[in-house]
Amino acid sequence: MKEESAATVNYLNCDYSIRSWLLTVDHKRIGIMYLLAVTVFFLIGGIMATLFRFELSTAAGDLVTAETYNKLFTLHGVVMVFFFLIPSVPAVLGNFVLPLAIGAKDVAFPKLNLLSWYVFMIGGGITLFVALTGGLDTGWTFYTPYSSTYATTDVLSAAIGVFITGFSSILTGLNFLVTIHKMRAPGMTWMRMPLFVWALYATSLIMVLATPVLAITVALLAVERATGIGIFDPALGGDPVLFQHMFWFYSHPAVYIMILPSMGVISELVATFCRRRIFGYSFVAASSIAIAVIGFFVWGHHLFLSTQSVYAGMVFSFLSFLVAVPSAVKTFNWTATMYKSSVSWQSPMLYVMGFMGLFLVGGLTGVVLATLGLDVHMHDTYFVVAHFHYIMVGGVLMGYLGGLHYWWPKITGRMYSEAWAKVSALLVFVGFNLTFMPQFILGYLGMPRRYYAYPPEWQTLNVLSSAGASVLGVGYLIPVIYLLWSLRHGKPAPANPWGGKGLEWTIASPPTPHNFEKPVIVTEGAYAYGEGGHGHG
Amino acid sequence: MNHHIVPLKIYFAIFAALMAGTALTVWAAFQDFGEFNTLVAVVIAVVKAALVVLFFMHVKYSDKLIWVFASAGFIWLIILFAFTLMDPMTRDWLPVGAPLPM
Repeated sequence: MKEESAATVNYLNCDYSIRSWLLTVDHKRIGIMYLLAVTVFFLIGGIMATLFRFELSTAAGDLVTAETYNKLFTLHGVVMVFFFLIPSVPAVLGNFVLPLAIGAKDVAFPKLNLLSWYVFMIGGGITLFVALTGGLDTGWTFYTPYSSTYATTDVLSAAIGVFITGFSSILTGLNFLVTIHKMRAPGMTWMRMPLFVWALYATSLIMVLATPVLAITVALLAVERATGIGIFDPALGGDPVLFQHMFWFYSHPAVYIMILPSMGVISELVATFCRRRIFGYSFVAASSIAIAVIGFFVWGHHLFLSTQSVYAGMVFSFLSFLVAVPSAVKTFNWTATMYKSSVSWQSPMLYVMGFMGLFLVGGLTGVVLATLGLDVHMHDTYFVVAHFHYIMVGGVLMGYLGGLHYWWPKITGRMYSEAWAKVSALLVFVGFNLTFMPQFILGYLGMPRRYYAYPPEWQTLNVLSSAGASVLGVGYLIPVIYLLWSLRHGKPAPANPWGGKGLEWTIASPPTPHNFEKPVIVTEGAYAYGEGGHGHG
Repeated sequence: MNHHIVPLKIYFAIFAALMAGTALTVWAAFQDFGEFNTLVAVVIAVVKAALVVLFFMHVKYSDKLIWVFASAGFIWLIILFAFTLMDPMTRDWLPVGAPLPM
């Protein structure tokens, strides 16, 4: 391993002024600005969750009123989905790593990249303004006719906030697509690309093709609310189920915007910590594209009980099963890569194991919910809440934290405490299961979601869930402390602390402002660990 | 990078076609084509959009990659329309004023 001199100019020490950050077009700095922003949003969403888990510790609605409870879970959902989960991996890790991974000096449109951050912040600011000026109580799904006709909260402002944020997502997706098509280093063919890049490509396709429909949907909602033109309100000649179709045309693929980049991170980590090329590389790459495309044909499984026709329900149910195939391709191939390899159990790899366990449970319960007959029983219960948290929080956050730990030495030039990182990975895994496993049982027993009070016989399971949320909260808080601590006290990171084979590990930690000092020429595929799979970088 | 220069007369011709399309849309709005009312409006809109994409946005003169992405936008629009319409077209609609099924 090559040790780099700490005295060299890098992207962090080249200019310390605030202006140099606010006007930066460096993809690495923009990645860090996203990191700060999404961490704040995660904290806000987490505070909302803490408050309503406190409320649910007792059967009676005794801490907050029903109206406040509605506002808490709505803001939790809106903030976590639109301002944390969707941007977390692509905008933070994707922005930082993508150009490095393909041997480029930056993304294709650096100024557009900065614009997307500002657009994101404006959209987030407007939505938080709604939280401060009375809140929003529609649920993150904004279902009509409640949102368009009956809600007395500021739906219009929240819709504008989400509408604006969508453009940030579109700009990032567009930027990544062009970057991957046009900026790859000579020799970096499609089948030599790291799987994280394949995953970002698939994610960007969804961002560009689906997000405009969300923008149109919330714009139509705002038009109906502001002008009274009938689009979704039956009294005016509209159709409320049309809103659900349009909303889920975006919002179901949006789940893949969240999980696909995390899957890409997992591929990188499995290859590095098993010292092996990913088993079935081309199938894992193709499965990302397959998930992105098939993900557009399944949205109707959210509408089984919304007067959608039985025929449409059957078609969407069948198509939903198909998504399990490429997802399973990934899981089996990661497992096959690990089989008989010399796994290095460093902290990012613990997050990989967490991801695999939680994603497996989330994915399999998704197949249960996609089954038309079973969903009649499970619909809108805590079973659904548990299922999507296993995917969107268990899966996505494990991948995000694993990736953040993996690339942290590259991002900051510092190593963190490996022992604390392992403790945190364990706490997150245990806390997560304790929080959401009881919710599967509660849902199966019939506890509906979005209620602030419940029959006393469900209190034990709810207390277990709230206790788990406390453990989970500590598990999330510890990394904030030791990662910040590492900035000042951590050991200087070598260029390649994990023995990775990606191009990002061939340059200094932290990288210089323009990444690569010499032209990059790629001569071998990703994860070239040599024959036998036990080579070390 | 594409540097094809489009003669001004093509821009004016497309502009005239778009204006004619707008006039056609207004005319069609006052005609009763029965169940084809929506279809007629959508067809006119798609033709107009295609003219904008092909000529004003230069896709006609661009390489195949641009064609793939521009076509993807239309294909995904068809997915949205087709799979959404699959629902209302196969629902058991009750006639207005009919008694609710027991």
